[in-house]
Amino acid sequence: MSSSTDFLLALENVSVSFDGFKAVDGLNLYVDKGELRVIIGPNGAGKTTVLDLICGRTRVSDGSIKFKDQEITGCKEQEIVRRGIGRKFQTPTIYEHLTVFENLELSLPRGRNVVGALFWNRTEEVKERVHEIASMIYLSDQLDRPAETLSHGQKQWLEIGMLLIQDPELLMLDEPVAGMSVSERQKTAALLNDIIKNRSVIVIEHDMKFVESIAHRVTVLHQGKVLAEGDMQSVQANPKVKEVYLGH
Amino acid sequence: MAMTGYRINPRSLDLIGFALLAALILIVFPLVLDIFRLNLVGKYLTYAFVAVGLVLCWGSTGILSLGQGIFFGLGGYCMAAFLKLEASSVANTKIQSTPGIPDFMDWNQITALPYIWMPFKSLPLALIAVIAVPTLFAFIIGAAMFKRRVGGVYFAIITQAVAAVMTILIIGRQGYTGGINGITDLRTLLGWDIRTDSAKYILYFACCFLLLGTMFVARFIQMSKLGRILVAVRDQEDRVRFSGYDVSNFKIFVFCLASAMAAVGGAMFTLQVGFMSPSFVGIVPSIEMVIFCAVGGRESVIGAVAGTLLVNWVKTSFSEAFPELWLFAMGGLFIAVVLAFPRGLAGLITDQILPRLPSGRIWGIVHPSPAPAE
Repeated sequence: MSSSTDFLLALENVSVSFDGFKAVDGLNLYVDKGELRVIIGPNGAGKTTVLDLICGRTRVSDGSIKFKDQEITGCKEQEIVRRGIGRKFQTPTIYEHLTVFENLELSLPRGRNVVGALFWNRTEEVKERVHEIASMIYLSDQLDRPAETLSHGQKQWLEIGMLLIQDPELLMLDEPVAGMSVSERQKTAALLNDIIKNRSVIVIEHDMKFVESIAHRVTVLHQGKVLAEGDMQSVQANPKVKEVYLGH
Repeated sequence: MAMTGYRINPRSLDLIGFALLAALILIVFPLVLDIFRLNLVGKYLTYAFVAVGLVLCWGSTGILSLGQGIFFGLGGYCMAAFLKLEASSVANTKIQSTPGIPDFMDWNQITALPYIWMPFKSLPLALIAVIAVPTLFAFIIGAAMFKRRVGGVYFAIITQAVAAVMTILIIGRQGYTGGINGITDLRTLLGWDIRTDSAKYILYFACCFLLLGTMFVARFIQMSKLGRILVAVRDQEDRVRFSGYDVSNFKIFVFCLASAMAAVGGAMFTLQVGFMSPSFVGIVPSIEMVIFCAVGGRESVIGAVAGTLLVNWVKTSFSEAFPELWLFAMGGLFIAVVLAFPRGLAGLITDQILPRLPSGRIWGIVHPSPAPAE
């Protein structure tokens, strides 16, 4: 396999073990520019661990992760973010005691050091950008609300918005529709299909109906390895996938 | 947090609280208290510097330091070192076997001024050291801990251990530090006698203005984007990190700032009280300062100062009447605050009392909050 690739993100032979348990085992995963990839798999398959490895939260034991053809294993989390990878956590991770506006403002990729933050100026440009993102995530009329008073689905959107405002080239979403109502799921699918236009997205999801409505390609993980990969129909038809995951 | 139906307008509440506090310490206390009591209040106010620093470090950012006495003490010792050298002129110390060095050095058979004492011959260098030494020390502790992601209770325990080590070091090296007695018998500042009543008045007002300035700095930071980042670090450290911020730098900054504030308090303590000793450095004073801050409200700058004054006033009255009971009362007070009013006096006022005052709306202190989420 060539080590120089045209892929936006390339994981090659990646392994990580926790106290001897191999959570991810010799994984290869390639994501194209502009692709929406969905990762599915049973509990404990290593889905969240893969995202943790890409964003630097967990260190790889072995293998290589390249983003835009540059090695990012060993980079600090904030460096990986600054290179253009945004990550949403499984439970909504927002600043409960700040308003929606302030949540988005803090996520703007500017004034990120102590001095820049102390003498931060809320310019018209900043306000415009915040309003622009807020309208995408259906929160335009909620900007002055403390984030803790939002509904669960709105919190999920807010976190997606906090990533969008950084304009990352790769967006990683861990179960973005967990706990959402049917109408919220539809709106989220529309949002994802909207933001995909300029970037690549990796989504971890259990809800197969939602996966069908968004996925370009699906990767099935099982025991830290890729079990199957392809479009939704071929993956669903795969007997091995049926056995470990979809069948029950 | 329960929705009370009203949200506090922070700016007008700030102004009213700040004006009330300034009037209290600048006008009421000097008018009604004799110089002995006023000097005592001045001493309490030096602890308030530490409490204001803790509001930023603990209240805003969630970093509990149980070792702020270290920085209070370092600031105080730097000031005391200058005053002691001035008080130890050859003329004043001619009965010593080595005249011209501090008396405690002479008692410990030291025959020449140690090198680390040399900078304290100069007032400008000593004043720089008051801020620089504690801040540098805080930077070393902060960088070592926060870069390695040591936080929470582990950080609190380590600061406490450093406070204990510091006390042992000061007591053990008495030839250099004055030992358990501390540095005593301080007399003049560039020839100005700091023991007179008029000097005590001037030092009291200097302390007040420095404290009000410190409060202003703390409030400015809380209202800036930096302040919001600190709160964000407290609530969701990972989210801040994965938004591209280097979280450890922000923690180091706020810890150093809190330490510098504590150091200014320590220097003002030395000037007003006239000595500095290890009993203001160790674990017990460090924890007391956290209690002052908790009682007043760890998220409120004004609350922390008010809490410091209140607890110390109660301490003084209580321990004059029942000296042996004070420690129990203090422990009980801390438990009561943590269980019943986690946001302290300031939280009690803003969450419970103000929303129930009908006149609040007229003053513009409170205004209706936006509708709660469906």
